[in-house]
Amino acid sequence: MTLSKVDMDELMAPFPDKVVRNRKKHIVQKDCTESCQQIEANTRTVPGIITQRGCCYAGCKGVVVGPIKDMVTITHGPIGCAYYSWGTRRNKIRADDNTPAEDLYGAMCFSTDMQESDIVFGGEKKLAKMIDEIVGIFHPRAINICATCPIGLIGDDLGAVSKAAEERHGIQVLHYDCEGYKGVSQSAGHHIANNQIMEHIIGKGTDKVDGKYLVNFLGEYNIGGDAWEIEKLLEQIGYKIVSTLTGDSAYVNIRNMHQVHLNLVQCHRSINYIADMMETKYGTPWLKVNFIGIEATIESLRDIAQCFGDKDLIKRTEFVIEKELAAVTPEIERYKKICNGKSAFAFVGGSRSHHYQYLLRDLGMDVTVAGYEFAHRDDYEGREVIPTIKSDADSRNIPELHIEADQEMYEEPHIHLKMSKEKYDELVASGKLGNYEGMYPDMVDGGIMIDDANHYETEELIEIFKPDLIFTGIKDKYISHKMGVPSKQMHSYDYSGPYTCFRGAVTFAEDVANALSTPAWKMITPPWDKADIEGGE
Amino acid sequence: MLDCTPKEPVPEGSHTIGKINPVKTCQPIGAMYAALGIHRCLPHSHGSQGCCSYHRMALSRHFHDPAMASTSSFTEGASVFGGAANLKTSIKNVFQIYDPDIIAVHTTCLSETIGDDIPAIIKQSEIPEGKYVIHCNTPSYDGSHVTGFSNMCKGIVNYLAEADDAPKKEQVNIFPGYVNPGDMREIQRIVTEMGIKSIMYPDTTNVMDSPMMKKYEMYPMGGAKIEDIKDSGNSKMTIALGAWSSAEAAAILQSKCKVQGVPLKIPIGVKATDEMIMALKDGFDVEVPLSLEIERGQVIDTLLDIHFQYEGKKVAVYGDPDIVIPLTELLITMGMIPKYIITGTNGKKFEQTINSMLEEAGIEGSKIKAEGDLFDLHQWIKEESVDLLIGNSHGKYIARAEDIPLVRVGFPVYDRAVHPLMPITGYRGCLRLIEMISNTLLDRRDHDALDQDYELIL
Repeated sequence: MTLSKVDMDELMAPFPDKVVRNRKKHIVQKDCTESCQQIEANTRTVPGIITQRGCCYAGCKGVVVGPIKDMVTITHGPIGCAYYSWGTRRNKIRADDNTPAEDLYGAMCFSTDMQESDIVFGGEKKLAKMIDEIVGIFHPRAINICATCPIGLIGDDLGAVSKAAEERHGIQVLHYDCEGYKGVSQSAGHHIANNQIMEHIIGKGTDKVDGKYLVNFLGEYNIGGDAWEIEKLLEQIGYKIVSTLTGDSAYVNIRNMHQVHLNLVQCHRSINYIADMMETKYGTPWLKVNFIGIEATIESLRDIAQCFGDKDLIKRTEFVIEKELAAVTPEIERYKKICNGKSAFAFVGGSRSHHYQYLLRDLGMDVTVAGYEFAHRDDYEGREVIPTIKSDADSRNIPELHIEADQEMYEEPHIHLKMSKEKYDELVASGKLGNYEGMYPDMVDGGIMIDDANHYETEELIEIFKPDLIFTGIKDKYISHKMGVPSKQMHSYDYSGPYTCFRGAVTFAEDVANALSTPAWKMITPPWDKADIEGGE
Repeated sequence: MLDCTPKEPVPEGSHTIGKINPVKTCQPIGAMYAALGIHRCLPHSHGSQGCCSYHRMALSRHFHDPAMASTSSFTEGASVFGGAANLKTSIKNVFQIYDPDIIAVHTTCLSETIGDDIPAIIKQSEIPEGKYVIHCNTPSYDGSHVTGFSNMCKGIVNYLAEADDAPKKEQVNIFPGYVNPGDMREIQRIVTEMGIKSIMYPDTTNVMDSPMMKKYEMYPMGGAKIEDIKDSGNSKMTIALGAWSSAEAAAILQSKCKVQGVPLKIPIGVKATDEMIMALKDGFDVEVPLSLEIERGQVIDTLLDIHFQYEGKKVAVYGDPDIVIPLTELLITMGMIPKYIITGTNGKKFEQTINSMLEEAGIEGSKIKAEGDLFDLHQWIKEESVDLLIGNSHGKYIARAEDIPLVRVGFPVYDRAVHPLMPITGYRGCLRLIEMISNTLLDRRDHDALDQDYELIL
């Protein structure tokens, strides 16, 4: 596929000068003959621009904290924030050995429903009373309190309310200062959530978890059951997942996460903080994986096996790969006939626009334009740029935890992996451990990498590249349709899924093929117009 | 499902603070929806990005259509120093990049807590010749999404409606209330059928149920035209449908432009539709056409034909007050028993209105609550169950937990499609509701029946 050079000035023609200066830095067109250009990311959206971005609260409560299934999460604020984050993200949960159905709160929405008088006189008493009532009715194992915009302004002391409630009830009550205006996107909320989970939940469990190969699966939210598909596959090989973060996760399991041998990281953006902090505190090594796409799944399975270096494990890995591959290949080939040679855009989150490129490649499709809503430079350019990222007024507002090695629980990474120091050093040298190369290396030549894409740019890029399919969210889905381009929601999978691993790839392939070929696309022009056109000719 | 809730109903006074599974959301989304009912209008959310994003998502999930809106993208700096600079920049950028004819600004709990003076900021903004910026205050910590809808309607009247010195025109203003475009279209059709010229706003027909056409338009063909909204000050009368969503805007128009405002229920059910038609007949001195009499007769005919399929069944109804009140009235007309009636929105009128309806019908033992939530409703159902739930999608958890069929009506409906295009208002909408309710109960009967009781004809 050859893609022509995009004239950025033309693309941004109607923008005021200030907006042009800002936006130009957020768009990079890949040129294979050059190394990755710097892309600006995780900086403010220009006011008035129709952005896809959400807020800090959405990243904290909506993404990271909300899916923890056995904690009651109370949103402290006016009604809306709790309401919009109620059941809207498809992070599926189910009961298991450690968590009976009575401890699942996924279908519930808890809001202090602040009124004008609470804004004027403060909402601390109301919050404290609501905690008491919730403990009385539900007896949860632990509680989260998420702040909304007005809380920071009126100065409610959530720390004091939480501490007093912990003393009254003898359970953990965690608070998250995730007011919507903090940072520049959902990303700030991920970080705030990571900090609290790291500081107050992980490492507190004392039940010994047994297993030869213990892993955590970080940055996987079980949308449409994705995590369950991964769990099935890993268990076949012999791994045991102590906890995901946070899809279908439980407070009682998160407390024991420090006992694993290896952390696997799927969504780098939302969870790399915990991966890093666990490495510092417990010595737990982490590996970036991707279970979206058949080739990607195979590579991830092999990488994980290499981390342990056990011959039997490697053998079982190959056996499972062969078996799964044989089962899905004929079906994939069938859908590939429909999908092959088609092009797509992907505008989602902070990882999926990269991950799905693998799965689309399995189907013979190229992503010509890819962008993230809330990524940082390292998600595009790779972690090697992290030391060069300048902090600004917005990023400085998000606290960094200062983690040190735990005196009792720290073990050298090679001991976690049960290998010699030399062998571990070899593994590190291979570049796999603790590393993420970002989206850039996987972009096609001439492809566009765009940060915080806005409505006007999306419309223009569709005109220029004429994609066959757009992967995006609900806000843009129907715009895409009205422009005549099929779309799939990449946050909710249009209520399908799971899309992970081998079987998930088939489901995805079928969904994509259906989106491309549903008969109504050919019926947009009514027959009387067709007759006019033919008559005119 | 909902296994975390206690098996037995919780004692009175256990849940007095906050909301658990609410039946309302915050004001700004209502304001955004109302603003989308103006042709070539871009709603603007003055607050953090998340508000705008959440509202657009919720609207798109319900309507299956784009909900375009911009945001002031507050950061911590704006929250400390005020959002004036963000709003001024937004207005400049929106007009230059997205070229709407009008920007409708609504506030959020953030900008309200800061105390941004929106009219003053608008005055200081660059507004191109012939373009408009209007606003309303929508503090999220007061009222509900219905209040926000009403506040934007008031903002539209305040900024745009004008009266000439000339005598009032033989035309009616329709304030349709917080309903689907399918309802707005149906209500206007009835008015047109009566031979009365009308101006309707907000009008989200062909905006939030816009057709697939050959060319994409960021501003779809629908929506009330600004010149028509201006001219509404010259109309003879306004029918204000829904006490919560429309009455206050009509009262403002009456005092501002001397247009008689007639507060009515949203025409759901025979009685409420009759009342709307009578108000129009009296106001414009027109005869009710045979076509509407036929439509009405078809509803009554159906009610008589199949009443035994639903009569006496107990129903729990929840949702927005302007929908729930006439819906309860229809259930009474159908001979059903509205057992539990809940809205999340505040207002003493709610309980009073429903109580008097039930009293008139001689129905005893029902429970009614304004500012309630679905946790309350679930507790009541645990005490004594019902045969049917009617309300938005959020009731589906109770429906599953208690094994009660659910008819989806109101906002939001996230798990079904086509509903935004189809009316529940007027006589045609009434037939549709009767069909939905009776079919749901009959499906349940078929599903539960033993083989020997499974019948071809019902």
